[in-house]
Amino acid sequence: MAEEGDIPLLPSGTDIKNTESLQRGARNFMNYCSGCHSLKYLRYNRLAADLKIPESELANLMFTSDKAFDTINSAMPSDSEGWFGKQPPDLSLIARSRSPDYLYSYMKGFYVDKTRPWGVNNLYLPSAAMPDVLAQLHGSQKPVFKNVADEHGSSRMVLDGVAPMTPGALKPEEYDQFVRDIANFLDYAGEPVKEKRQSMGVFVTLFLLVFFVFAYLLKKEYWKDVH
Amino acid sequence: MAAAPESADSSKGGRFIGWIDQRFPLTSMWKEHLAEYYAPKNFNFWYYFGSLALLILANQLVTGIFLTMNYKPSSAEAFASVEYIMRDVEWGWLIRYLHSTGASAFFIVVYLHMFRALLYGSHRKPRELVWIFGCLIFLLLMAEGFMGYVLPWGNMSYWGAQVIVSLFGSLPVIGQGLVEWIRGDYYIADATLNRFFALHVAALPLALVFLVIAHILALHEVGSNNPDGIEIHDHKDAKGHPLDGVPFHPYYTVKDLVGVAGFLLLFCGVIFFAPAFGGLFLESPNFEPANVLQTPPHIAPVWYFTPYYAMLRAVPSFAGTQVWGVLVMGASIAVLFFVPWLDRSPVRSIRYRGPIYKVMLTIFVLSFISLGICGLKPPSGIYPTLAKVSTVLYFAFFLLMPWYTKLDSVKPVPERVTGHA
Repeated sequence: MAEEGDIPLLPSGTDIKNTESLQRGARNFMNYCSGCHSLKYLRYNRLAADLKIPESELANLMFTSDKAFDTINSAMPSDSEGWFGKQPPDLSLIARSRSPDYLYSYMKGFYVDKTRPWGVNNLYLPSAAMPDVLAQLHGSQKPVFKNVADEHGSSRMVLDGVAPMTPGALKPEEYDQFVRDIANFLDYAGEPVKEKRQSMGVFVTLFLLVFFVFAYLLKKEYWKDVH
Repeated sequence: MAAAPESADSSKGGRFIGWIDQRFPLTSMWKEHLAEYYAPKNFNFWYYFGSLALLILANQLVTGIFLTMNYKPSSAEAFASVEYIMRDVEWGWLIRYLHSTGASAFFIVVYLHMFRALLYGSHRKPRELVWIFGCLIFLLLMAEGFMGYVLPWGNMSYWGAQVIVSLFGSLPVIGQGLVEWIRGDYYIADATLNRFFALHVAALPLALVFLVIAHILALHEVGSNNPDGIEIHDHKDAKGHPLDGVPFHPYYTVKDLVGVAGFLLLFCGVIFFAPAFGGLFLESPNFEPANVLQTPPHIAPVWYFTPYYAMLRAVPSFAGTQVWGVLVMGASIAVLFFVPWLDRSPVRSIRYRGPIYKVMLTIFVLSFISLGICGLKPPSGIYPTLAKVSTVLYFAFFLLMPWYTKLDSVKPVPERVTGHA
């Protein structure tokens, strides 16, 4: 069994400036993830404002509340631990504790493993408790192993990747975009102010550059009589 | 009022300031510490970090006050209240990043400030108390940083606190009782968070501010050292002002303003573009709430403690106890206090010292950086050995100082300071 972190993550190519991708990611998240996973630090109205979703359409995303100021809760009852062996985690900060690349890789990393309760395992989170809820979209994947020589000279099989087994409803590149949008959306959800922070940073930097020049000239002026 | 007696108006600022001056030493303090505090005119790059440390202290105090308004020091609410600040409080994210980045910036600036003292012998007689107050500030800053790091109650906060507080448990006899006394419970819990909050926002900042005042008063009593390590007060003009000195205000206030601008460019660069700084300033596992049942994959303290953490791990257990590592870690800080007396060189500044001190100082800096890296990495591969070697070199710099500084050759020291920046 592969250890966590053994297999390099796939580059997700997310971009929080891409509002359309974030909107699609929000839709995908609400349709496929929010049944089990909450975003308990993100409010619906904040989401609508940041992602430029009109109020008329916001209701389509609101499955667990009819109040726009509510946070995004899941439909799972609080005592659902027995359903999957653990309570599905809140995903508000998952992109910050992990990374968008991890989320992207994870959603592409499910493979058939009959030893697991849900018949699937994950390349990037061994013994994942989560069923492959996106299987219908990407089809099923089988594990790929490679031979690795150990220090005693004998070789053993280690997990190396996944390969498609049966096709899903989406073409591979469509599925990549589908999960990229979710990863992008979760990156946004991890820090809703991120895009604003970065664009403000440009102006702050420009201001400080000007300030630096004036401070330097002021210093030169005062110090010109010191020898 | 033209009829006002000349004497009342003789001080700059007129009648209002005059009224105050008769009741409070405002003008005389202004003169003593700014307008007529003569600082050597040859301060270079290394002399920016004192005023920058003061700027960061002010930043930490002000942003800290605003954070306190929305933070909840309870194990049930702390993590969520930090996210509340990050998302729902107006400009809360900026206040929080100013504070979290300020903590790391504080240590960077203080480390450079202390390095400056080692470069130019700023701790030497008669500035021993300036240095000792500085060491106390550094010690309190470590306590302040550690307790502040626990407050967000993320998983790294929790387990970091668990590891660091447990260190005291290795002390003989009193260890276990001491650990319980610090935690206020049998494990890191709500009681621990509450007292760390009290210490972080009231007791330690208060002590820090008093010590900073003492540090500056002691400095202004003896006067600033400079890159040449010579006394500017030995050569004075007819008015009694040092020939190589300039009034701190306006000369160094405008010069430090340039330093402030340069610092803010870097500081704001981190805040606006990389506030987590690749997991060094805000560690990834700390975006998960404290979990008593699950440790982070690899527990490491924040970067500014890692040199000391590496020393702790580098010392093997002996005679059935781990206490030696804790003692070595304590000694690595304690030895700093003795530097003014360990240094026996006839000159202060590295400019006029021989090659031995230059080599030793370089080795010391490399060992400190190497320890910092070792403390961040899991203890496997070359890191345990590297940490052991670096620990020995770290202590060699200090403990051999009385001999190598005396052995070292020196160059003739100039009468007057050389140039100015």
